[in-house]
Amino acid sequence: MAARPLLRVEDLQLHYRTRRGIARAVDGVSFDIRANEALVVLGESGCGKSSLAKALLRILPRNVHSFRGQVMLGDTDVMALGDEAFRRDVQWTRVAMVMQAAMNALNPVVRVGEQVAEPLRVHAGWSRERARERVVRTFEQVGVATDFLQRYPFELSGGMRQRVVLAMALVTEPELVILDEPTSALDVLTQASIMNVLKRIKREQGTSFMLITHDVATSSEIADRVALMYAGQMVEVADADAFFHEPAHPYSQMLMASVPRLRQQTEPAPIPGQPPELIEPPAGCRFADRCPRRFDRCAREPEPLRVGERHHVRCWLHAGSGGAGGGGRA
Amino acid sequence: MSTERAASAESTSPLVSVRDLRTWFELRQWGFLRVGSVRAVDGVSFDLGRGESVAFVGESGCGKSSLARTLLGLHRPTGGEVSFDGYRVQDLAGRDLQWYRASVGYVQQDPYGALPPFMDVRRILAEPLVVHGVTDRAERERRIRRALEEVRLGPGDAILDQFPHMLSGGQQQRVVIARALVLEPAMIIADEPVSMLDASVRVEILNLLRRIQSERSLTLAFITHDLSTVRHYADRIFVMYAGRIVEQAQVDELLEHPQHPYTQALLAAIADVDAANARRVRDVPAGEPPSLLHPPPGCRFHPRCPHAMAGTCDVRDPGMFEPRRDHLSACWLHER
Amino acid sequence: MRRWLEGLRELRRYPSAIGGLALIVFLIAVSVYTVIAIPYSQALELWRGGEAWRMHPVNAGPVWVDRLLGGDKPDTTVVRSEDAETRSAAFDGGRQVRIPLSFDYPHDDFPSEINLFLETRDTEREAFVRLRWQTPDGDIIPLGGRRVAREDRISISQNQTLEGRLGMPPHVGLFARSTDAGQPVPDNGRYRLIIDAILFGEDASLEADLVVYGRVHGIAGTDHQRRDLMVALLWGTPVALAFGLLAAVGTTVTTLVIAATGVWFGGLVDATIQRLTEVNIILPVLPVLVMVGTLYSTNIWLMLGVVIALGIFSAGIKMYRAMLLPIRQAPYIEAARAYGAGNARIILRYMIPRILPVLIPTFVTLIPTYVFLEASLAVLGLGDPVLPTWGKVLNDAQTQSALYNGFYYWVIAPALLLMLTGLGFAMFGFALDRVFNPRLRTQ
Repeated sequence: MAARPLLRVEDLQLHYRTRRGIARAVDGVSFDIRANEALVVLGESGCGKSSLAKALLRILPRNVHSFRGQVMLGDTDVMALGDEAFRRDVQWTRVAMVMQAAMNALNPVVRVGEQVAEPLRVHAGWSRERARERVVRTFEQVGVATDFLQRYPFELSGGMRQRVVLAMALVTEPELVILDEPTSALDVLTQASIMNVLKRIKREQGTSFMLITHDVATSSEIADRVALMYAGQMVEVADADAFFHEPAHPYSQMLMASVPRLRQQTEPAPIPGQPPELIEPPAGCRFADRCPRRFDRCAREPEPLRVGERHHVRCWLHAGSGGAGGGGRA
Repeated sequence: MSTERAASAESTSPLVSVRDLRTWFELRQWGFLRVGSVRAVDGVSFDLGRGESVAFVGESGCGKSSLARTLLGLHRPTGGEVSFDGYRVQDLAGRDLQWYRASVGYVQQDPYGALPPFMDVRRILAEPLVVHGVTDRAERERRIRRALEEVRLGPGDAILDQFPHMLSGGQQQRVVIARALVLEPAMIIADEPVSMLDASVRVEILNLLRRIQSERSLTLAFITHDLSTVRHYADRIFVMYAGRIVEQAQVDELLEHPQHPYTQALLAAIADVDAANARRVRDVPAGEPPSLLHPPPGCRFHPRCPHAMAGTCDVRDPGMFEPRRDHLSACWLHER
Repeated sequence: MRRWLEGLRELRRYPSAIGGLALIVFLIAVSVYTVIAIPYSQALELWRGGEAWRMHPVNAGPVWVDRLLGGDKPDTTVVRSEDAETRSAAFDGGRQVRIPLSFDYPHDDFPSEINLFLETRDTEREAFVRLRWQTPDGDIIPLGGRRVAREDRISISQNQTLEGRLGMPPHVGLFARSTDAGQPVPDNGRYRLIIDAILFGEDASLEADLVVYGRVHGIAGTDHQRRDLMVALLWGTPVALAFGLLAAVGTTVTTLVIAATGVWFGGLVDATIQRLTEVNIILPVLPVLVMVGTLYSTNIWLMLGVVIALGIFSAGIKMYRAMLLPIRQAPYIEAARAYGAGNARIILRYMIPRILPVLIPTFVTLIPTYVFLEASLAVLGLGDPVLPTWGKVLNDAQTQSALYNGFYYWVIAPALLLMLTGLGFAMFGFALDRVFNPRLRTQ
């Protein structure tokens, strides 16, 4: 597999203006996604993970205070593109997104077949006939019978609607699909079958995924890589193996310990305290307040430190180990 | 059935006893034409002991929330009966009904929606007391503070003057639990109490509920779709499918030796965090839960069941069998 | 409570809120002042018209408008005998009295009318008076004599003989400069009306008030019945506000409670309410009010009752129902049922408060529509028979063809007040809407 990343994000920043001050929803985030790789962005609600997705697809609200950083999609410098060029060349054609609760946002009066064809017709300018053919194929991929094309959203179950939304993202055959909480509203069995669909598409189409979720167990269903966000920053980015079995950041460790396990007797342990506000987050390490291993260096803000092959941690505990500090990439 | 009777004979009588409970919702066209019934709960029987913590597990639409609401007296049962502390709940009225309502606390799924946004915490917690005729202000204040301390929100006046939107999700859910406790109930029904909360908060809330349950020796009925949280917070599990209980047993017994094909499928679909998960495709039974308007004849799982036996499963309703000791399963596979 | 204060604090960011609030406060201040300064019974008494207004001119415009336009129309001059140097001489069986009533006349327009009010006391028979008019030049014009009753009015400007003699109406002729060329011009200077009276009785006395009516009066002017329009404009304010507020409160509260009841109980109750509403919506409100007014009574409080009654099952029910339907499903209401809250409690304390923030702006903007409705009824001649209101003023202006006759002030003043009321409440209501509506309790 090519070592050159499909998506490379460097020091991305997205701040909002609010009535109470500047909310640092995405505050200096760096990561990359390789072709045919699935990155799971984990985090509790309000950590900025949805803002990160919206920033990548430029679905921005009006109260943006600052939006900067570097985003390279292949050789394209995405941040340098104008809005029109971005909409034409990147949005949906190369990077598609399934928004949170999108299954409930389907247009109730348009047949789902037409809704799925819409990205093709609007973004790629395809003819109706050609688009239809592709839609049928995409429906087969996501496991929706083709006679559902003629149905309206309310005639479908939640699981089917989620598949339709997924089809909408996949229909343009994008290189990267961003999924924001794609299964959190679904039942266990439906969740599992949606994850099966994602796995199969990843294997068969070579698509890359960025999956945003708060659910650690679901994330392990697809993750090649895991990025854990906390208060607008990525505190740890690592391969799934390393993250799930030997997390490096204290927050990662506590998060893993808080996950209830079905097949183990270990009791989950809560993480005391609450995440800080995105408006005026504490100086220094943002997790320091809740961290059991806090020490004096934590008063200064840690940079992402490299602790291993494609493994970065924002924690002073790792300052001595695994090579030079700084945001360098392998 | 025999085991249940044996169990209740051993200890004191059960707190809640449900027999062949049915809660159907009539579907009407143009407001009056009956076109059918949604059989949300369709023939459910069980006993809950005092101080017992149980979980009702199932997918959405399996009737678990309707069951909870029927137990809470929010829906009138269509048939069967619910007894609470020896009284038939359907027969209660007036003061007796208020006593029943005070005896059963309710914790809901969406903590923000469960709190009236225009009331501050003091008012929210005072409401049940006012409804139940606690007119003395000082007495109310005392009970409110005690409930808040029990959910670890007190002491302190700060929280009492807050409005729900000023609280975090975890704090909101604590207020909801405090409201359920303020009338000093004998039983609490918690409908998906943590599904809308963040992972780190979930454990806190579940621990809190369990602690309160054991301190007050409450009967606690969890309604959840998430089997993985159940292990540490319930003694017994009821697995529901399409309006019926298909399997029931002690937690460890059920998780380690699932008997019903549906339970087995459910457990197989749940991942424990492991990087290897990404490399395997899970076995998921095809299809979707049946319509409760027209449930399939016989066993309701038979259209999706890998072990379905033609001529049996699609014709006759399975009764409850006891394939293992104290472990009941509604599946013809276990007919002896 | 704090939430409301927060909202109000936020209102300060909207100039329209401050402007609207200022207008509303002004109207309320006027109402309070009026109710204190002119008690209700007095206002009714005054508006009935009659002798109370005898010293006021007919159809006089506001003073300030005339002065603003650079005019110098006369205002009303009253000369009282108490202030005059009365000379009296007794004779057998009576007294002879001479009262010179003198006044300065500096205006360059003629008065509108001249009346002399006489009151005799302790006379045994009717007194006899003879009047003479002295111009600034010293010319004496005899105005004739006559017997006077105990209380009498001599309408000098109605004196036909005098008019014939002067060749023009007396209130013009008596003031006209003695140039007989073209348009008469008033002579400025000191005029005097000399009253010679013979009173029969030892202690008989005479009081005389000469009223030289002007062409402008006060802040608001007068109407065809000499009534000061100020009374109606002032009293119209509390009446309009009270009517608007009561009608808005009455309809909103009842509609809200009924809508909530329908939503809560659903089924037959809801269906009945919906059908009633649909029938009521197609009932035209104004014709019904006209019918009640014509056939029964135009009492304003009865009208208010009818307006509220017709407003109960109004389109508002549909709106509130749409807002309440999702709230009915709210988990907190289910929780309330679970702990045993009764139907009334759920409707009044859980459902309705939830939509109040959205409702208050609507409520505020509803007030002026009822103010306008009341005014419209009055303009149609269905105003309250005794109360002075803005609509009644407009109605009078209309029947007296005020605009045709050039009495613009008569129409403009009440219309302006109506507009200000509408503007004030609308501006405030829209600002409230912006503050309370978008953030429906989120964040």
